[in-house]
Amino acid sequence: MTAPTAPSRIRRQLPSSPWLFAAPGLLVAGAFVLWPFLSTLADSFTDRRTLIPGRFVGLANFREMLDDDMFWIGLRNSALYVLGVVPALVVLPLLLALLVQKNIPGITFFRSAFYTPVVASIVVVGLIWVWLLDERGLVNSLLETVGVGRVGFLSDQWLLLLSAMTVTVWKGLGYYMIIYLAALSGVPRELHEAAAVDGAGAVRRFLTVTVPAVRSTMVLVGALSSVAAFKVFSEVYLMAGPSGGPAGEDTTLVMLVQRTGTGLTGRVGYASALSVVVFVVTVALMLLVLRADRKEERV
Amino acid sequence: MSVLEKTRPATAPPAATRARRVTDEHGRRVRVGELALRYLLLLAVLALTVGPFLWQLSTSLKGPTEDIYSSPPSFLPADPTLDNYTRVADTVPVWDYALNSLKVATANVVTNCAGSALAGYALARLRYRGRRAATLAFVLAMLVPVEAIIIAQFTTMRELGLNNTLVGVVLPGCIGAMNVLLMRNAFLNLPYEIEEAAFVDGANVWQRFLRIALPSVKGTLAVVAIFAFMGAWDDFLWPLIVLSDPSRFTLTIGLNYLHGTFANDERLVAAGTVIAVAPLIVLFACLQRYFFRGVGEGAVKG
Repeated sequence: MTAPTAPSRIRRQLPSSPWLFAAPGLLVAGAFVLWPFLSTLADSFTDRRTLIPGRFVGLANFREMLDDDMFWIGLRNSALYVLGVVPALVVLPLLLALLVQKNIPGITFFRSAFYTPVVASIVVVGLIWVWLLDERGLVNSLLETVGVGRVGFLSDQWLLLLSAMTVTVWKGLGYYMIIYLAALSGVPRELHEAAAVDGAGAVRRFLTVTVPAVRSTMVLVGALSSVAAFKVFSEVYLMAGPSGGPAGEDTTLVMLVQRTGTGLTGRVGYASALSVVVFVVTVALMLLVLRADRKEERV
Repeated sequence: MSVLEKTRPATAPPAATRARRVTDEHGRRVRVGELALRYLLLLAVLALTVGPFLWQLSTSLKGPTEDIYSSPPSFLPADPTLDNYTRVADTVPVWDYALNSLKVATANVVTNCAGSALAGYALARLRYRGRRAATLAFVLAMLVPVEAIIIAQFTTMRELGLNNTLVGVVLPGCIGAMNVLLMRNAFLNLPYEIEEAAFVDGANVWQRFLRIALPSVKGTLAVVAIFAFMGAWDDFLWPLIVLSDPSRFTLTIGLNYLHGTFANDERLVAAGTVIAVAPLIVLFACLQRYFFRGVGEGAVKG
């Protein structure tokens, strides 16, 4: 059972101490992650409520979902979120990384400044943008000044979702920029020079040298951002309100989980079934992105 | 220094007339035209990323008589005042909320650093039956998305009688599986020889851990600490679910409450958000090196 790499002398020790070291971590992971995960699976087959222990109901929760308009709205919005946010978060931070890559004077200031939205709490970011996009807010007063007129960013169902996506992209830019920056530093300069000698312009060099070189990072960013986008909660909750915008049309899947499963009348069983869907789609998205990556490599 | 430098190329005469030439990381000269374009783009992105924060700050400093909805907008407060900061504290106990957030964040830093260093050391350096199972448990725990187990965490907390307490806010994330694995990797990268020598000198496992291994992984520990602080200070979904009594709110939940209850006075909401974000921006400005290292390391491992 012991790994072969360790020198034999280090192996001798009190048999109990390794477990003392690992115990706190294992306890937390077990009690607050792994156990809740198993009980989510178990509860999804019951009609458990907040104060009422559940009975086994088989697949009833999952069948109910098929007829639940709110479920489909939530699934639609979470899926739309992935489609809207992921391409932007794969491409824009790469361009940003290229912009801040060169070590010109003051560049560390710009890098840090671009990272500020990542550091700020999502609640702060959400409230800042609610204020910016308010009917009488900065964006609308600028639009009015240039003669476009005021736009109901937060009152229209689709504009609201689009605004929330913009906020997600805005907040994520700096984070993925740093990931790309790390990847770009590994691209050999000679490739660029060779392409330049061959007469390739900046755009061509970007497409033929940079993109292939950071392709695996793009896949990673795609995977990370799609998983995060599907689980979106805070941005939409803050901008649309707890009930999910006009007629709840902006509700996302995780918002539905939160709304269904909490409170004194919370339907824990049904919320658990919804959580299982969140989990399954998240894992599927991961596998999908990673598989697309492998397939492309084979070609 | 960098702040001073950043404005220069926009106003300066062509770089050739200056004593100092701008060169890239390979010592090659950057053309003036390209440089100007770069700074122009950098300033545009700067306006987009930092501008909203400054607008919020400006709103929070505007007095009650000033029109905050004017068109065209006025970017500087006509008569700057700190009134909104005292008024927001009269409306909701924002300083109590900040204290609650500070307690939660501090506890999260201490537990994450101690717990993940201990567990990481056990996974990387100690030999025992079940080590692989323990590693697997942490990998699995890292893969489970919080959003998918949040209701069950809530139920677990209620059964423990910890709902609506700050302890309940801290517990589920108090030793992140991701942090344990980060620490494990840091310990794995240390050479065995030093520890072996200490072992020969009679140092027991705790002494080797505290005196030899731990001081060598300070960098990773700092990364864990920073992200633990930031994560706890910024978290929204979990405290929203677990806290119901307004007197126990953390800052993020308090802000949402403030926004919901007093949405009609943007000045107050703005002051509240500035209170929430200022400590983090200061922390970040001081520790930015570690931030970037942390993200880079996370990316390599992801």
